[in-house]
Amino acid sequence: MTEAIDQLFVSLKRWIEGFFPEPWRSTISIVLIVVPILVMFGTLFAVATILERKGLGRIQNRYGPNRVGPFGVLQPVADGIKALIKEDVVPYRADKVVHFLAPIALLVPVLLTFAVLPYGRNMVPVDLNAGVLYFFAVGAGTELAVFMAGWSSRNKYSLLGAMRAIAQMLSYEVPLILSAVTVVMIVGSLSTVKIVQAQDFTVRADGSLGLFPNWFVFTPWGLAGFILFTIAGIAESNRTPFDLPEGESEIVAGYFLEYSGFKFALFFMAEYFEMFAVSGMAATLFLGGYGAPLSWLTWIPTWFWFMAKVVAFLALFIWLRGTLPRLRVDQLMNFAWKFMLPMTLINLVAAAIWHFMGPGLARWFVCAALLIVPYFWLAHGLGFGKRLTKRTYRYAE
Amino acid sequence: MTPLVGYLLLSAMLFAVGLAGALTRRNAIIVLIGIELMLNAANLNFIAFWRFSEHPEALTGILFVIFSIGIAAAEAAVGLALIIAIYRHYRTANVDEVNDLKG
Amino acid sequence: MSLPFAIIAVLTIAAAVAAMNLRNLVHCALALTVAFAGLAAAYLQLDAQFVGFAQILVYVGAVAILIVFAILLTRGGDTPQQSIFSSSWLAGAAVAVVVFGVLAWTVVNSAASRRELPPQPEATVKQIGDALMTKFVLPLEVVGLLLTAALIGAVIIAMKEDRPELRNHASKNGTKAETSGQIVNRKS
Repeated sequence: MTEAIDQLFVSLKRWIEGFFPEPWRSTISIVLIVVPILVMFGTLFAVATILERKGLGRIQNRYGPNRVGPFGVLQPVADGIKALIKEDVVPYRADKVVHFLAPIALLVPVLLTFAVLPYGRNMVPVDLNAGVLYFFAVGAGTELAVFMAGWSSRNKYSLLGAMRAIAQMLSYEVPLILSAVTVVMIVGSLSTVKIVQAQDFTVRADGSLGLFPNWFVFTPWGLAGFILFTIAGIAESNRTPFDLPEGESEIVAGYFLEYSGFKFALFFMAEYFEMFAVSGMAATLFLGGYGAPLSWLTWIPTWFWFMAKVVAFLALFIWLRGTLPRLRVDQLMNFAWKFMLPMTLINLVAAAIWHFMGPGLARWFVCAALLIVPYFWLAHGLGFGKRLTKRTYRYAE
Repeated sequence: MTPLVGYLLLSAMLFAVGLAGALTRRNAIIVLIGIELMLNAANLNFIAFWRFSEHPEALTGILFVIFSIGIAAAEAAVGLALIIAIYRHYRTANVDEVNDLKG
Repeated sequence: MSLPFAIIAVLTIAAAVAAMNLRNLVHCALALTVAFAGLAAAYLQLDAQFVGFAQILVYVGAVAILIVFAILLTRGGDTPQQSIFSSSWLAGAAVAVVVFGVLAWTVVNSAASRRELPPQPEATVKQIGDALMTKFVLPLEVVGLLLTAALIGAVIIAMKEDRPELRNHASKNGTKAETSGQIVNRKS
């Protein structure tokens, strides 16, 4: 029974495919995989906008939008109608072709990254042998689109915002990939399905499942890798506290300054989709993908667990946006190169030591010490441990 | 025309286009773009021959191309740094105007 | 020829020709990115998945951005007004045509061109990793050394220099008295 619900979408797809004759079957199969993913993430995007605005509002001690429907739930519909009917203003001196192509060039790589995430058991759109590499390779395609958007507007604020965004995305790409490499190293495969299967419950001798799963986040190197991956993922999708390239009070929305109407909605959507993709990959790599957190909860279908983890990440991102202040550009770059990159390299060494020391209690202490000591050294050395002195005031004479 | 000939002709054409651009354009950065195209054409040649070889499990073609991609990226970085340094001194990135030793 | 290969070939060559012929430098760089993506698709057609994804990651994700940054740092963002081709463009084009002619003639007339398509090889990432660590470990280390040297070298070459002679040189736009005054001050 639980197996049937778990494989509900797979059997539904096979049933619909059965109606079509043989030569059409592969095309229909592709359509049946792609359309539900787009619809699901589109709906999640709409839900995320309203969740974000209500959530931010509550954190800032105000109601969010509450006029449009009961408790404001129809706000995304109103936003969508507004985006579609607004006039599309293109600056006179802008480069028309590049200006038009930039939102598309930003959205397409992000949508392509959805193809290797395992949404449930047997529910990967494409089971690539090098799935994780594909994810990061295609994700790197978004940077050039950001440049296209900023440069084609012929506006110095857009160009400045685009340059900062590219520098930020490029710098945080390195810790992102390196913290994923630790997982790949331990599992021995780049395929996302194998990585999720490696984090399954251990089967005891009598066939029953152990209580806790083997999620990598429960190991010292996994926890460090998870934190580093999440921080780098937040920076990759330009969310607060790393949203200087598009901060409204700093640079007047940066690289999508000159975009209005539907193109702006496309940029917005691309940013949220990138957030979902990075959350999905973090859940796959560190939180066990579609696995349940406790063995007596496995009756809940796997696709529910995956979406629950993605929504939990969404809530985390919204919470961070509401509480943390923005980082300055030089603070961002310092953080990426001088703190996160050494920590990811040390994490690699810690994961290797974990693997080679064999099971037991000793490796917990060694790996934890190997990660905590450099953390405090780096933090102290980079000035995070500055002593807070009494505040002094300067008055104009 | 067999598939291998198709890939080799594509690679030869890309090489010729890159060579033409590197020889005829005035801006130093476009010359570098031409050089990158030539390197990529050679990489395509390697992969095509690897695919059609008798012992593809030796992976020689793939590894050569992996190293070639890495080295080409390093060379592009150094070349562009040189162009930026030259621009700072001559105030132009035009290869025809960097001719101080002439005559 | 199969249809996917034809589409990829036409797209790549069109992008490469556009990269060499467009006026605006940033358009050239973007056309080059399309050519890189077309080549990555060709690698995927040839069952070399790791190389295809590495091509996208390195070339589209890094080298293209590097080229674009260099264009902006050398003030090439505006469309140039005078001719984009140098005065000896005919010789260059002739050389390129001759090179293509020789290569195409060699390819079509060689024995290798009659090879059939072998069965799909297995080039998993695990095998590539094994080969890199056993048979090709020396080139791997050398490439690592080379990348480090290139990184440090590129940073040093492109670093802004802050020497006092350059500041004097730059102030030539001021009056003679100012510059001689500065030189006098420096001597004393």
